[in-house]
Amino acid sequence: MSDAVADFLMPSLGADMESAKVVEWLVKPGSRVKPGDVVAVVETHKGAIDVEIFLDGVIEDLAPLNQQLPVGALLAHVRGTGGGGTQAPAKAAAAPVQPAPVPSPPPPTAPLSGARGRVSPAARRRAEEAGIAADSLHGTGPDGAVTLADVELALSAGPKPAPAEPARAGRSGFDPAQMRQAIAAAMGRSKREIPHYYLGTTVDFHAAQTWLDGYNASRPPPERLLPAVLLLKATARALVQVPQLNGFHGKDGFSPGPGIHIGWAISLRGGGLVAPALHDVDRQELPALMTSLRDLVQRARTGGLRSSELTDPTITVTSLGERGADSVLGVIYPPQVAIVGFGRIVERPWVVAGNVAPRPLVTLSLAADHRASDGHLGGRLLAAIDEALQDPANL
Amino acid sequence: MTAAPLRMTYREACRQAIRDALLADPRSFVMGEDVGKYGGCYAVTKGLLEEFGPERILDTPLAELGITGAGIGAALAGLRPIVEIMTCNFSLLALDQILNNAATIPHMSGGQFAVPLVIRMATGGGRQLAAQHSHSLEGWYAHIPGLKVLAPGTVEDARHMLAAALADPNPVLIFEHIVLYNAEGDLDPAVTAVDIEHARIRRPGRDVSIITYGNSLPKSLAAAEALAAEGIPAEVLDLRVLRPLDMPAILESVRRTRRAVLVDEGWRSGSLSAEIAARLADEAFFDLDAPVRRVCSAEVPVPYAAHLEEAALPQVADIVAAARELVKPR
Repeated sequence: MSDAVADFLMPSLGADMESAKVVEWLVKPGSRVKPGDVVAVVETHKGAIDVEIFLDGVIEDLAPLNQQLPVGALLAHVRGTGGGGTQAPAKAAAAPVQPAPVPSPPPPTAPLSGARGRVSPAARRRAEEAGIAADSLHGTGPDGAVTLADVELALSAGPKPAPAEPARAGRSGFDPAQMRQAIAAAMGRSKREIPHYYLGTTVDFHAAQTWLDGYNASRPPPERLLPAVLLLKATARALVQVPQLNGFHGKDGFSPGPGIHIGWAISLRGGGLVAPALHDVDRQELPALMTSLRDLVQRARTGGLRSSELTDPTITVTSLGERGADSVLGVIYPPQVAIVGFGRIVERPWVVAGNVAPRPLVTLSLAADHRASDGHLGGRLLAAIDEALQDPANL
Repeated sequence: MTAAPLRMTYREACRQAIRDALLADPRSFVMGEDVGKYGGCYAVTKGLLEEFGPERILDTPLAELGITGAGIGAALAGLRPIVEIMTCNFSLLALDQILNNAATIPHMSGGQFAVPLVIRMATGGGRQLAAQHSHSLEGWYAHIPGLKVLAPGTVEDARHMLAAALADPNPVLIFEHIVLYNAEGDLDPAVTAVDIEHARIRRPGRDVSIITYGNSLPKSLAAAEALAAEGIPAEVLDLRVLRPLDMPAILESVRRTRRAVLVDEGWRSGSLSAEIAARLADEAFFDLDAPVRRVCSAEVPVPYAAHLEEAALPQVADIVAAARELVKPR
């Protein structure tokens, strides 16, 4: 058994991902790997993602760099994993629903009519590495085919140096246009397939704000907490009570998430959106959660998210922040079954003990998958979040 | 001090190789049609009867099946027979013995019986011997598991491949091209043995690999010379061993040059060059910068008339044109 060889495959880093490139291997052939190790950097439309491995053994046969590989493509072999097998494109929780049947539109580079331009296999590969469209080049090969030399010429003559460099240049870059396409595909699928229902409730944030002000008053800025941390923790607490909204919808219906891993929606500068996981939010102390949140946002914007952070979310929380709108009606990120939204915290008249008083209010919303739950359950979740926010000291 | 190169013909190299083998191993002997008194149809065994006597240089009846069968029996019994089949066209009469016995007995006996038999055959066209004496059938034999198939294309290989073939415990077929017998080449006295496993680059080049063997080797080298004058650096890879193919060498060359022209005097359909082309498509597809091209014999029985024969066989100009078309089409 110890000689078993397992396949390490291109992971699916979300329902909106179809392919990606390995831009860096962080291990060498023959390196020893164990579950949780970050072994490669993969470039997706979400930027450069650190890919973890969940196999144990010696890694070999590393896939070449800078080739666009579909989800499920072989990235490496791992020898010596007990039991062998395969590291599936997605981790167990999401696996049943992963073969995302995203009815993707035909790629824009392949028009439905007309013959494909002739490009030699070697030229095609080189052009792909360099990120240029070989079809558009002037071909000098047999039957006018674009050859490797034609591509090299275009690369050396063109004003832009081969943008195959991002691997070395840095790991920030995601392509906004590509990400827009991916969001379009995922959200389109969500709205086509998921019968959403929506609930909203306004929550008095007075207790939470008061507690927060007291907590922050005595602390230097780096240690202070943001309201978002309270909202996240309250949501996680509520999900412990209403686990039916924390998980995935697949062929066989609902399957609960393995933990409360909240995907935190982060808008990226230059456009685009990513919702990587904060793990086990219900079990994290507030200061630790604040640190995790800062780190996550930082990495989402500069590159360096880990693959598990993209595959693990069991629910999404979106908060529009201080400059956002009063409320948000979210679109569920498949195969999750719910998204919780927080509008901005605003001061408004509110009736407290029979009198109108100014109070900080936040509009809390839920979009949930009606196949997996009903409005009654969703209402319970919102009520539980409200309740948790009224007792911030215990969060 | 290095000795000066020795110049000799391919025929003489073959003769010396046989003589060496007879001197080196008392178990070895030659048998075939006209190998004794006549000195061999292509004069390869001339003088050997006088030197070694009729027990070791056996003139046989015109019966390829019998000759080959006797050779297999002798090999099974511990001798080291060198069987000569006058031309590979006639070897078809011995095909049953070659395929069903020589190639098969070691397998069917679970390795208990070895067949250390060497069969030399003349092959190829170009000397106006017409359709029953001019065909190139080595590709057919390269189809058969259990055989090793050699195609010496140089004087050095003609001189040294036989010893390696006799040392091999399995049946080895050596295809000597009839046009090459008169070709002269230099022998480096420092080289006393060659392997029968590897292809060899006879001329290094950057832009296209001309992969060939036998008498197509000198044609390919001439083509490479002409291509160089046009500014196309062509590599010439001599297969030497047609079974098993030295795929690592073939792939290494093609992955480097990214283009391949296969030159094979066999007919194109179902040929050795077809096999190599298929393997290139399979194993080097993403390294190719152009389609794989083949220069083969026209699919006709090799004609007798000189100009028709010339037109039917691969020629230097055909190879040049094929390579040029891949590298610098116009």
